[in-house]
Amino acid sequence: MYEILAKRPLGPGIQEYVIHAPDVARVGRAGQFVVLRLHERGERIPLTIVDCDPATGGVTLVVQEVGKSTREMGERFHKGDSVLDLAGPLGLPSDIERFGTVVCVGGGLGIAPLYPIVRDLKKAGNTVIGIIGARNRDLVFYEDRMAAVCDELRVMTDDGSYGRKGYVSDALRDVLSTRRDVARAWAIGPAIMMKVCVAVTKEFGVPTIVSLNSVMIDGTGMCGGCRVEVAGATKFACVDGPEFDGHGVDFDLLMSRQKFYAEEEACSLERYLATRKDASTS
Amino acid sequence: MREQPPAVRIRNFEEVALGYSEVEAAEEAARCLQCRNAPCVQGCPVGIDIPAFIRAVAARDVAQAISVIKVSNALPAVCGRVCPQETQCQGVCTLGKRFEPVGIGRLERFCADWESEHEACCAPMAPDTGKRVAVIGAGPAGLTAAGELRKRGHDVTVFELLHVAGGVLMYGIPEFRLPKAIVKREIDGLCRMGVRIRVNEVIGRVTTVGEMLAKGFDAVFIGTGAGLPQFLGIPGESLNGIYSANEFLTRTNLMRAYRFPEYDTPLRLGRRVVTVGGGNVAMDSARTALRLGAEESIIVYRRSEDELPARREEVHHAKEEGVQLRLLTNPVALLGERGRVSSVRCLRMELGESDESGRRRPVPVPSSEFDIDADTVVIAVGNGPHPLVLQTTPGLELNRWGNIVADQKTGATSLCGVYAGGDIVTGAATVIEAMGAGKRAASAIDAFLRDSH
Repeated sequence: MYEILAKRPLGPGIQEYVIHAPDVARVGRAGQFVVLRLHERGERIPLTIVDCDPATGGVTLVVQEVGKSTREMGERFHKGDSVLDLAGPLGLPSDIERFGTVVCVGGGLGIAPLYPIVRDLKKAGNTVIGIIGARNRDLVFYEDRMAAVCDELRVMTDDGSYGRKGYVSDALRDVLSTRRDVARAWAIGPAIMMKVCVAVTKEFGVPTIVSLNSVMIDGTGMCGGCRVEVAGATKFACVDGPEFDGHGVDFDLLMSRQKFYAEEEACSLERYLATRKDASTS
Repeated sequence: MREQPPAVRIRNFEEVALGYSEVEAAEEAARCLQCRNAPCVQGCPVGIDIPAFIRAVAARDVAQAISVIKVSNALPAVCGRVCPQETQCQGVCTLGKRFEPVGIGRLERFCADWESEHEACCAPMAPDTGKRVAVIGAGPAGLTAAGELRKRGHDVTVFELLHVAGGVLMYGIPEFRLPKAIVKREIDGLCRMGVRIRVNEVIGRVTTVGEMLAKGFDAVFIGTGAGLPQFLGIPGESLNGIYSANEFLTRTNLMRAYRFPEYDTPLRLGRRVVTVGGGNVAMDSARTALRLGAEESIIVYRRSEDELPARREEVHHAKEEGVQLRLLTNPVALLGERGRVSSVRCLRMELGESDESGRRRPVPVPSSEFDIDADTVVIAVGNGPHPLVLQTTPGLELNRWGNIVADQKTGATSLCGVYAGGDIVTGAATVIEAMGAGKRAASAIDAFLRDSH
């Protein structure tokens, strides 16, 4: 059992958890993920590590309530409760070096896994330009944390309710057209956002790392469900990634595979919401 | 042995074989000739004293029988169900030369099940030695090594990557062939002996083999198995609806997708399921598909029926249940519509010259291309070594397939104090062979620990 040491909302349907997993906290690095299971009937949920505190044994994770399990976690798992399983760190850590000037783009929930990469890039001596964005003001989070580790931070919202109106890819184009010294980019967020961002960086010839969240079961190389195509070769996001050279990724395939279980996910959520309603009326 | 009738069992996940009654077991045991030279014992990878345990069953002393088995085998309820007895103990049974061989596996299963309903028999334990052994991987090899080492008085901790112990017994072999409650019972038995099992342990990342040896473990046994699924390397393999057998079976067995949405993990299945491969895993997948509601379950295999690597009993059960075998058929591409698989393009094959394995090599018949419609495809063509521990253990010698190089008799690897056994050494093989390797390595580790101070 892994105790929830802290929990706070970052926005509507977005929760930050600090979970006690001392082994993971000791060795987990930016770019890696854990697999979490809430209870005996739960699914294995892959979540990218946001922060590790070896002193308290706390591992920080940010969870967006999009399906049954994440919703259930948000509604039923609070500070002091425990989740049944947490295994990690899984996947390869981010390649952190001194590149010079880098641009790091986080869209929606992608801001969470981007944060530790930005922090470590800054620590390694890079000049970091950060771009974060979301659909609207309420969904933007970690602006303060990002600002603390970026040399320059741009905030975008689709509807213009906060920061500048537009997509993160617009800001990325802006940065790349005004600065010619960008050595590398990171883009983490929804598949469509990463697809658009790598199209932009390709134009400018800037190598770009993306983090792929394909559907996975074990997260340890055993199911192959998370397979993605990168530069024409089949790779497993869990053990070969989750970070890859974005210019080689077949994003259409990724999006098609991500949607395969949409019906089942909807059915599971509906059933959960129905039982929850029953419980509250009885 | 009584079985659930095919028409009934394809509607449930309960065990196919129902087991012997006490009378049936005693009758079967009485058929044993009690050969002096006991070829069956030679045929058993863990060397159970088969005539002795069968003699006890015939005398209706099942407690004695199970204690004889447990001297050599820590997981009899598992082995009685999944061992390929026809090529091992029963394959060399003297009676089998003219009649049906003695049902050794079924009798073993009977004894183990009897034990679960009666007082558990604990194998005798040596006094504590104060030596500590780490076992990586709680599959058949690791669990056997752990049990044997504990019996010899060592302090044993098993580290498992998944959220439950059992390895392939839990994620791979289906409930209808090996009920998970039975695996749990056998593992509980090991815990009662004092074996510690820690799940969710990512060895290779959280700790390495080197750190384990530096931080208080006197020896390490690696039994991490063949967990990395192989694909065919043909076009279309990333279409939706195509699963590795590992994913298909893990969703079903470990995550209980057949009880979705009561359990959270789903499994999307079409009406026509094509499984590629001819081993036990292919049979398990094809039979699982039927139980999940597939209207047609088809196995595509590139050689002929004689070369099927699956146990004969599994092939027989699969056919009985309505699984269709398309033999001498080799997939060359997977075709899809709107991102989802719709058919398997195949070539007809014929058998040519024998290859290095002694089997006749299948060769394609020119211009014989044809398509088999499929909504779901399961790829069951084998697994490679699980990479996590290997990547982080410098100095550990691997062979050209990426398996650990280990001494066949002792499991000793290129690193002092590090032993290995099971599929991580041999490549994908059987549960009992992995158990045999675990057992042999345990003896060698025991000798190593007694020699070292």
